[in-house]
Amino acid sequence: MRLFRIRGGVHPQDRKSLSAERPIEPLPLPQLLHIPLQQHIGAAANPIVERRQQVAKGELIARAQGPVSAPIHAPTSGRIAGIGLYPANHPSGLSVRTISLQPDGEDRWAAGSEELVGVADPFALEPEEIAKRVAAAGVVGMGGATFPAAVKLNLRNRYDLHTLVINGAECEPYLTCDDRLMREQAAAIVDGARIMAHALGVERIIIAIEKNKPQAQQAMLSAASSHDRGQAGDQIGGKIDGRPGERAKIEIVGLPMHYPMGSEKHLVQTLTGLETPARGLTADIGVVVHNPATAFAVHQALREGRPLIDRVVTITGGAIKEPRNLRVLIGTRIETLLEASSGFAEAPARLVSGGPMMGQVIPSARAPVIKGTNGILALTEAETRTREPAACIRCGKCVEVCPCGLVPLDMAAFVRAGQPKGAVDRGLLDCISCGCCAYVCPAHLPLVQYFAHAKGAMAERDRIKQKQTETKRLAEQRTARMEAIKQAKRAAMAKRKQADKAKSAASNPSPAD
Amino acid sequence: MTTAFAANPHTHASTSVARAMQLVMLALVPATLLGLYQFGWPAIILFAITVLGALLWEALGLKLAGKAVRPGLLDGSALLTGWLLAMTLPPWAPWWVGLLGAFLAIIVGKQIFGGLGQNLFNPAMVARIALLIALPLEMTSFVAPAPLFSPGAPGFIDGLGIAFGHSSDIAISTYDAMSGASVLDEVRTGLGQGQSLDTILPGVFDPLAALWGGVAGSLGETSALLLLLGGLFLLQQRVIRWEIPLAVLASIGLLAGLMHLIDAGRYPGPLFHWLQGATLLCAFFIATDPVTSPVSRSGQLLFGAGCGVLIYVIRTWGGYPEGVGFAVLLMNACAPLIDHYLKPRIYGRDRRGQPLQVTPTRVATAKARVSTSPRGSQP
Repeated sequence: MRLFRIRGGVHPQDRKSLSAERPIEPLPLPQLLHIPLQQHIGAAANPIVERRQQVAKGELIARAQGPVSAPIHAPTSGRIAGIGLYPANHPSGLSVRTISLQPDGEDRWAAGSEELVGVADPFALEPEEIAKRVAAAGVVGMGGATFPAAVKLNLRNRYDLHTLVINGAECEPYLTCDDRLMREQAAAIVDGARIMAHALGVERIIIAIEKNKPQAQQAMLSAASSHDRGQAGDQIGGKIDGRPGERAKIEIVGLPMHYPMGSEKHLVQTLTGLETPARGLTADIGVVVHNPATAFAVHQALREGRPLIDRVVTITGGAIKEPRNLRVLIGTRIETLLEASSGFAEAPARLVSGGPMMGQVIPSARAPVIKGTNGILALTEAETRTREPAACIRCGKCVEVCPCGLVPLDMAAFVRAGQPKGAVDRGLLDCISCGCCAYVCPAHLPLVQYFAHAKGAMAERDRIKQKQTETKRLAEQRTARMEAIKQAKRAAMAKRKQADKAKSAASNPSPAD
Repeated sequence: MTTAFAANPHTHASTSVARAMQLVMLALVPATLLGLYQFGWPAIILFAITVLGALLWEALGLKLAGKAVRPGLLDGSALLTGWLLAMTLPPWAPWWVGLLGAFLAIIVGKQIFGGLGQNLFNPAMVARIALLIALPLEMTSFVAPAPLFSPGAPGFIDGLGIAFGHSSDIAISTYDAMSGASVLDEVRTGLGQGQSLDTILPGVFDPLAALWGGVAGSLGETSALLLLLGGLFLLQQRVIRWEIPLAVLASIGLLAGLMHLIDAGRYPGPLFHWLQGATLLCAFFIATDPVTSPVSRSGQLLFGAGCGVLIYVIRTWGGYPEGVGFAVLLMNACAPLIDHYLKPRIYGRDRRGQPLQVTPTRVATAKARVSTSPRGSQP
């Protein structure tokens, strides 16, 4: 397939060999699980269990609240130890509402609710039904964005879709969880992709994988081929009289190694040559993108009725003694994962959740794994290569590598001058925080930090403005209401006066009568 | 373990400002060494004065601005500025020209604007042009190469004499015997006297000598070959990009070629302009100064082309024999404007910044492309 070039990008050392040959291993049941109610964008889920309540594995413990929220299920059977604040897997170090669960060690499954029973033939279901089951299983985008998967499966109603892309780029250095999952669960991923294609009503699936993962490509290729019903040539898939999704044609595409190839919009442009409009979705140009782990979760939800209660996490970095790929229950403390990897070879300079380019610093190793956690990195000082920031010399390297066509040095100058609005005018909100600019900056300026700060400042400004408008609106309403009451009173008074007058007129006949 | 907030990315390409400066200086070493060898002790002393002067003024400037002196000096930018300035000075200029030049470059050209990264104009060129205007005699008194230890070349003591005032008779006589004009000067003078290039050039312009550096000229500008090699090294190391050097050289070459075709008797060809004066130094080391050049690719192409055109125009029709300094300063002044108009296009937006329109045709095209592409593919 012909690929299109995207602008910018960098080629960091991929360091994947640390963990790429470590098969996925399950982690033993931890002592305690901490399941945050916020594991997706959108509103936090609403707990429906109480302290000391006994729950079974897979049981619903928190309901989705609002359109881009997802429900949360018990990762194992046990007793609810409490619902309260617990350190979040977030650089702010703030605590979030979290359900703590004490496993009873039995790992006993709940009797499935109606929505969470496996179906033998998902292709017989209506597309809406598939999306509903995916929503009920609490599946969110597992590449890290944690956007509820079901919302993206419902896009067929509003967009003219033609392609589902499975984003197996895994362009972040170090991470190998998608690589391992594609090697080990290829058939399930292909099945999940087909089910999603069925829900989306598209007949074309592209599985895009960076070229540094030949085994994953091979595994996906053979998994896709095994569905093939004797088509000619190199064609994969395509039961001629199958149902959409089932008969979807699958292509495995090798992507150039290029960060940020895994950025959804850039990936779609590489594959189709089409640019997603600013503030738009890839669905605007007919493409929906999902992560392989999401496809796997969809397969499990539909075929087995299994909600999203665990995920594969890569534990790696120069400071880790034995890098691993672990299948981890949601809610497991990060320190438990580190212990399972035989601890540290040396004291890490930085603990990061996610990849080194876009990941976030983990403020506390007690923070739990959540649905979007794809990697835990313990990086040494040498790996982080931190330095004191120097003066910007306008070298333009940040401009050269920005995949979004921005001028980061200008935006940074505005932020430093305390004018976030100026940065916004220069495209701040089109920034995807990929980190390419800061990665190459010879002055070691924390550019992404500046932009995050400015985005925050602008959001705060908007909030204040909105609040002011709201206050003003309420005040005006109140004035109007008061006015109306006054009017009503006045009218009533006038009426009464008139009535009195009439009465007195009646009782005191005029002398003329 | 440090858990202090640190934004992504958590790794780095391991470049630094200091490293970039070091690489530029490394690239300058061959041409510099040749220059110092050819012009002997007076040149070595002038070079040392200019470079040390730049460091001195930088330290003073940083101190007056209330900034930390050590990191400022260690970034190498002042050292590089002094070095570049020395390269463009007449090799036997007196000590105070070097010190004054360093002052003009560092204090007037850089610190007054706010220090590294803030200056609008290339500091070395600010100094060079200010000196040229203020001291036309000192700045155009060139000497023919007299390599170190060759007969007639001034020794260390004579060198001190030349650099610190004409105290030595030997120095004066040597200097007078050897002083002369640069090739650009001679051509200009000859043409001014109505001579044709056919009669002027053979006596003064030897392409081979200009290539390796055996001609009169500024301290570090005489060897086109060594400057070119240094420039290619910077390209290979990705310290500079190809846009500016190529645009500078191409635009000079095109203009010179065109004018040469029109009247070969008055206008020397491209080779002359590439090899003479500071053309190559400008293309690879001066116009490429990141601080004072545009940041986008298209902007850099325009900037380089502008430099090339101005160099040619000033050399050919202007009042000064040498065009590089003026050309670079004029284009420096245009750089912010170029940056303003030649920004890259933002992803998902058109050139005016409006979100791209999704037309049914575009989606249909994508759809068609998708369904006609060969099915399946091998990894």
